[in-house]
Amino acid sequence: MGKTFAKPEALSDQHTHYCPGCTHGVIHRLVAEVIDELGIRGRTVGVAPVGCAVLMYNYFTFDFMESAHGRAPAQATGIKRVRPDLIVFTYQGDGDLASIGMSEIVHAANRGEKITTIFVNNAVYGMTGGQMAPTTMPNQRTTTSPFGRNVEEVGMPIKVSELLASLQTDAYIARQTVIYPKHINRAKKAIKKAFQYQLDGRCFSFVEIVSTCPTNWGLTPVEAVKWAEEKMLPYYPLGEIKTPDKS
Amino acid sequence: MGKVLMKGNEAIGEAAIRAGCLNYFAYPITPQSEVAEYLSRRLPEVGGLFLQGESEVAVSYMILGAAAAGERVFTTSSSPGISLMSEGISYIAGMQLPAVFVNIMRGGPGLGGILPSQADYLQATKGIGHGDFRLLVMAPASVQEAAEMTMKAFPLAEKYRNPVMILGDGLIGQMMEPVEFHDNLKTKPVDKNGWATNGMDTRGSSQRNLIRSLYLDPEVLNRHNLELKAKYDRMQQEEIRFEAVNIDSDYKVLIVSYGTMSRVCRTAVDQLKAEGLEVGMIRPQTVFPFPEEAVGNAAAGKSCRAVASIEMSMGQMLEDVQRSVKGRQPVHWFGKCGGEVPTPEEVIEFVRSLAR
Repeated sequence: MGKTFAKPEALSDQHTHYCPGCTHGVIHRLVAEVIDELGIRGRTVGVAPVGCAVLMYNYFTFDFMESAHGRAPAQATGIKRVRPDLIVFTYQGDGDLASIGMSEIVHAANRGEKITTIFVNNAVYGMTGGQMAPTTMPNQRTTTSPFGRNVEEVGMPIKVSELLASLQTDAYIARQTVIYPKHINRAKKAIKKAFQYQLDGRCFSFVEIVSTCPTNWGLTPVEAVKWAEEKMLPYYPLGEIKTPDKS
Repeated sequence: MGKVLMKGNEAIGEAAIRAGCLNYFAYPITPQSEVAEYLSRRLPEVGGLFLQGESEVAVSYMILGAAAAGERVFTTSSSPGISLMSEGISYIAGMQLPAVFVNIMRGGPGLGGILPSQADYLQATKGIGHGDFRLLVMAPASVQEAAEMTMKAFPLAEKYRNPVMILGDGLIGQMMEPVEFHDNLKTKPVDKNGWATNGMDTRGSSQRNLIRSLYLDPEVLNRHNLELKAKYDRMQQEEIRFEAVNIDSDYKVLIVSYGTMSRVCRTAVDQLKAEGLEVGMIRPQTVFPFPEEAVGNAAAGKSCRAVASIEMSMGQMLEDVQRSVKGRQPVHWFGKCGGEVPTPEEVIEFVRSLAR
């Protein structure tokens, strides 16, 4: 009997730098599996964000670049426009994408850039130490909202997927999570679909993954999963938000 | 092809195509929007890429991405826009990517004005963005020279894997002059497979390429900084370009001036010579690296009594001139900002006052 479960070729052998209970590792693996299954490792270029995943290229075995905070979609545009045959994706957190990088993601999506963005939303700035993000939940305590996010002062959390879906340009936009095993296959399907749309030269593709950050939420990994389920999923509902076939 | 009459901005756009660069990203800003207007029509004719970005910030990262993918790429902007691009330029320098930026300067600070200026000299030559890096900066004094420098910029950016800047002023961009594009300045891009993130299949390699500017280990970052410094040192050895005017005469005053301002100064030098007052001039064509030795030697000339930095800024190049003269002569500043170009008469009057 042969191997039934192996490490994707697109993943390297590394000790993880992510915290216990962090979902980046699962999402990295899903991206790697999809790249393997589509057979695109040799023509893929990844663009890493600023944030916890800034060093994500250490875990992958294909061409990778760093970017500045929030600028990955502009950078991916530059790569893809001069080399449309390459498969280009950005991988960004909520501080990176939804705050400082809002302009770049909106315009890349609106131009219909044939790139893929994996948006990891854990409702907090991770690497800088747990500050409030645009996606932080109402009353959620962070190091810069020590009394909880006051929506009277800073507004409601931004639903980035819905915001991008309101653009009139064709796109594939889905929101999934990886907090329970049942979600993981759905998340992978969405990621695969997103890359397939790019391969087909069809449209901009975007998958938001509702994620956990036990360290900065001040919770255990198990509590964090429950918190994401109870606090985040009702506000950030899962599913396909927009597809180019029925937009 | 013979000479054609062209606006400086359009000539810069055409020169890039002639140099073999078919990728251009830009955001409109006066007084250089004609480059984008020209290339939005012209690039599709030659199978090139034109894309208008949503901001200068985004454009600088489009340039970064395209350069990282191994393609020749350039953009043009003007002072406030260059400030916005300076973030991306820092990353491009840190990542050691070749790219060409054109700054058609206007007055500042802030929105300033839209008329010609040389107000971004220090920004371009000393510190355009955060971190420890330099650009190779060429300063044209005519439409012809703007075209030639643009064509030369691409191989230089590749030679050093560093951003190169063409530092022109609004007059260079806006005026029309005859220009000839020299086919011998067209160059083949260098092999970039050693570092470009252009996909492993492109290179037929199983080794991935990684482009980064993050070095958390202080020793490693220090080594990286020293590697960058070695490039800037090499530029000082190999890339200094300048023009010497009337430097064989017994000049009493030495002018240092560049770009549009140097054209006015040259008229002044000719008129003063006719009056019997000999004036020498060094015109830096590269402002980083600065022709320090040439200026220093010229200032040490036997008959020289005074040195003047004449510029359309408030004594920015003056600092480089003082550094080059090393106290051997008094160094004076004359200039005007805000968009008014000093007249030959004003320059003559000032130089006469130094010669008295």
